[in-house]
Amino acid sequence: MYDVIIIGGGVSGAAAARELSRYQVRACVLEKEEDICCGTSKANSAIVHAGYDAAPGSLMARLNVKGNEMMEQLSKDLDFPFQRIGSLVICLNEEDVPKLRELYEKGQKNGVKGLRILSGEEAKAMEPNLNDQVYAALYAPTAGIVCPFGLNIALAENAYENGIEFHFRTEVEDIVKIDGGYALHTNKRTFRTRYIVNAAGVYADRFHNMVSQKKIHITPRKGEYCLLDKSAGQHVSRTIFSLPTKYGKGVLVTPTVHGNLLLGPTANDIENKDGTNTTREGLDEVIKKAGQSVKDLPMRQVITSFAGLRAHEDGSEFIIGEVEDAEGFIDCAGIESPGLTSCPAVGEMVAQILKENMGLQEKEEFISTRKGILDPNSLSKEEHAELIKREPAYGNIICRCEMITEGEILDAIHRPLGAKSLDGVKRRTRAGMGRCQSGFCSPRIMEILARELGTSMSDITKSGGDSRIVVGTNKDRL
Amino acid sequence: MDIRQLTCISCPMGCPITVEMEDGQIINVTGNTCKRGEVYARKEVTSPTRIVTSTVKVKGGTADMVSVKTKEDIPKDKIFDCIRALKGIEAEAPVQIGDVILKDAAGTGVDIVATRNVERA
Amino acid sequence: MKNYDIVIIGGGPAGLAAAVSAKQNGIDRILILERDRELGGILNQCIHNGFGLHTFQEELTGPEYAQRFIDQVLDLGIEYRLNTMVMDISHEKVVTAMNREEGLFEIQAKAVILSMGCRERSRGALNIPGYRPAGIFSAGTAQRLVNMEGLMPGREIVILGSGDIGLIMARRMTLEGAKVKVVAELMPYSGGLKRNIVQCLDDYGIPLKLSHTVVDIKGKERLEGVTLAEVDQNGTPVPGTEEEYSCDTLLLSVGLIPENELSRGMGVEMSKVTSGPIVNESLETNIEGVFACGNVLHVHDLVDFVSEEAAAAGKNAVSYVKGERSGGRGRKILMNPSGGVRYTVPSFIDPSRMEDQLTVRFRVGAVMKNCYVSVYFDEERVIRRRRQIVAPGEMEEIRLTKAQLFEYPDLKTITVKIEEA
Repeated sequence: MYDVIIIGGGVSGAAAARELSRYQVRACVLEKEEDICCGTSKANSAIVHAGYDAAPGSLMARLNVKGNEMMEQLSKDLDFPFQRIGSLVICLNEEDVPKLRELYEKGQKNGVKGLRILSGEEAKAMEPNLNDQVYAALYAPTAGIVCPFGLNIALAENAYENGIEFHFRTEVEDIVKIDGGYALHTNKRTFRTRYIVNAAGVYADRFHNMVSQKKIHITPRKGEYCLLDKSAGQHVSRTIFSLPTKYGKGVLVTPTVHGNLLLGPTANDIENKDGTNTTREGLDEVIKKAGQSVKDLPMRQVITSFAGLRAHEDGSEFIIGEVEDAEGFIDCAGIESPGLTSCPAVGEMVAQILKENMGLQEKEEFISTRKGILDPNSLSKEEHAELIKREPAYGNIICRCEMITEGEILDAIHRPLGAKSLDGVKRRTRAGMGRCQSGFCSPRIMEILARELGTSMSDITKSGGDSRIVVGTNKDRL
Repeated sequence: MDIRQLTCISCPMGCPITVEMEDGQIINVTGNTCKRGEVYARKEVTSPTRIVTSTVKVKGGTADMVSVKTKEDIPKDKIFDCIRALKGIEAEAPVQIGDVILKDAAGTGVDIVATRNVERA
Repeated sequence: MKNYDIVIIGGGPAGLAAAVSAKQNGIDRILILERDRELGGILNQCIHNGFGLHTFQEELTGPEYAQRFIDQVLDLGIEYRLNTMVMDISHEKVVTAMNREEGLFEIQAKAVILSMGCRERSRGALNIPGYRPAGIFSAGTAQRLVNMEGLMPGREIVILGSGDIGLIMARRMTLEGAKVKVVAELMPYSGGLKRNIVQCLDDYGIPLKLSHTVVDIKGKERLEGVTLAEVDQNGTPVPGTEEEYSCDTLLLSVGLIPENELSRGMGVEMSKVTSGPIVNESLETNIEGVFACGNVLHVHDLVDFVSEEAAAAGKNAVSYVKGERSGGRGRKILMNPSGGVRYTVPSFIDPSRMEDQLTVRFRVGAVMKNCYVSVYFDEERVIRRRRQIVAPGEMEEIRLTKAQLFEYPDLKTITVKIEEA
């Protein structure tokens, strides 16, 4: 019997796992996909929000501001890319200035530091490519950008290093109350545990409602995005928001930590919890709205588009805590934006609840830091030369667009919770994420995966399950 | 009378050519803009041929596959027979361009030859 | 730091021909840097025939064509490095490259020939909506898997784009046992050669749907189907024309983009039309001693012309290294593409530096029948050549002679245009 089972290996589940791994506890994460970071956590704006959006006094506001404060140190401890680049919310006419002011006031109440209202000229001076009509802007210097895969994977790896088990392709089908805890029936086997953390993203309502009479409802709120080539990455140097609407923070334009330019998201409530398809209307809307905030967007530089689903709970609030009528079942639900920003604080809060309920003791040997995949470009010339001499694979470029070496790919495969598929390699190293979108490197990466995992190229998948890249050999059906 | 419709491949014009035939004899060619079109059409309706290219596996080489082709044109209706004849054939490294991989493919009298070099691993 | 007279970036057809030409014109210190594990570039996976009719007066397959040049490179003792990625080229022609054996290393070149080729446009560049399952490949990636690895990307195939690679792959997949259901083309005409439409599609009864595109992609893990729709003149899908195709594979053959990240990095000026460098009569970029040829300069249809162009670049690089070039950026005649001509290569001509004869290559923007290719020296028409048809998919050329240009000492602009008959 486990002490704790966490359902879901997204940022919330991974953050909870990492914080929980500070204590003497037997715990595991159940993830229905073949890897961590496969749902909402992999397809979002990758923004570390300052914290002026959420209603003052809400849990969302508190965890946002706290998560933002924690992110920088966490990025150093766990070695993932984070940059505090600041953000601007722009308004295009005088009538909207009160709305900007309202955000400013909320920010003050939420404890956001350094907020300032700028004139149109001041904003233009900071960001020359803003819409020429910009009238005023709210500047938030504490806002930042993060690599969502890097953050999620770092948290999970660190949790794993500290003894948390991970079970992939393990889908919870039913939860039954048993003496002293719960039985989780999965597609693999039955797991028993004293406590459950429900960090299942858009599916969190399904699990909550299995154990509680006080039903919750989570709507998948689709957001579509366009990602532009690195040659467009300098178009703005901060995150540019338009004024928020009732569905969210509107379409933003932002550089990413890797130097691309990201536009999006839309906000459409849908039924299908797997509905991560993009639509023509959605992509058109992204392009149109992004163009209202920022001028001369080089749309010929789009390299990919994608959609993510936010886990929107009817009350628009994070639900974190033990469920009233289900002892030992801890919700971590409704984690929509600013969920990525908040995750360090969310993890801490979940671990704190478990610690108090279970009387957990800290362990002495907790490893608080983790090294990410080595980026050879971060080395000095001498160190780089030394590295290739020692490990020649670091001299062999596999992904020519992102300049990723075989050494980095080998590291991604062999490190704890290593990559098993093309997407796994991509999210850990960026190989295949560049302008050719893996056209050149996918056969090479398949070859490396097959060699290192001891399988054949025919067995390599895009993202596990039935996502095989090739289906047979030449003439096999003739 | 038998009527055959063709698209000429002699140039980007792609003239739609109509060939009228009777008892296997060509009695009229129309639709072509130039002489080359007629020549192409006559050949295409009486004895269409193609070069066929494919791959076969290689044992013990620096590459897993070697590309191959029919050394000369073969009748168009023998294309799939030639490809099927290659199924299961495995060459052994080293392979040189021009090495015969399969003699007299599918009774065409034409050999299938390698079109690249594969060194021994 | 190592020193070479000419460093050639890329060992595909352009790089090989440039190297051979440079060596034959009397320069010995030549180095080819190739990122793949063998010389020959993309030709190695183009196992179909049809290469070399112009160069060798016989029909070769891609690997055979490549080998002819590789053999010359070996016979001439030209140095090359495989599995070597060029990371950066400075404005001063210091080439930084990397491989397993030597690590990061720098080379000072006197002249640089850019011959990196091109890449395929991806799904993202088209913003095709839908899911993102396995089973979506660029045609070239599928070609590599089938022809080099012997692996089948899928069983039931839809192809978007009727460029030559798409057409060739329709036949290849069919011959290896797959079912190609349809080839859809956004434009009202195919970008591929007629011969490929007949011999790759018609021969196998594969339908070609012009003015159609993919408007939806289904399947969470592996592709399950696509929706095609007709498009109007603006390329916008027409509601009500949607048709579903079940398939496990979608191949994209939707255009090629010259790979000029290194060129941009060193400050080479680019053409917005070709996405390749802007070059003069010597195929030299705005940086003296830096030349470009092949698909990195502009996307070609026939490798024979790549070889020809690259040989010229090699020869010109030799003149530069030997300091044999006369004048030096004196007169500059502007090439002016107009009236249906999208671009010309070169963009400028210095008559004192040109060979006795210069081939100017260009493409048109639309299919035009029964027309003239005309060349004007300023206002005066000097060439008027009748053409049955010109098409965007077929590169055109005109030839100018040095003697001709010397007859017009005040010539400012050469206009190339298509005129109706």
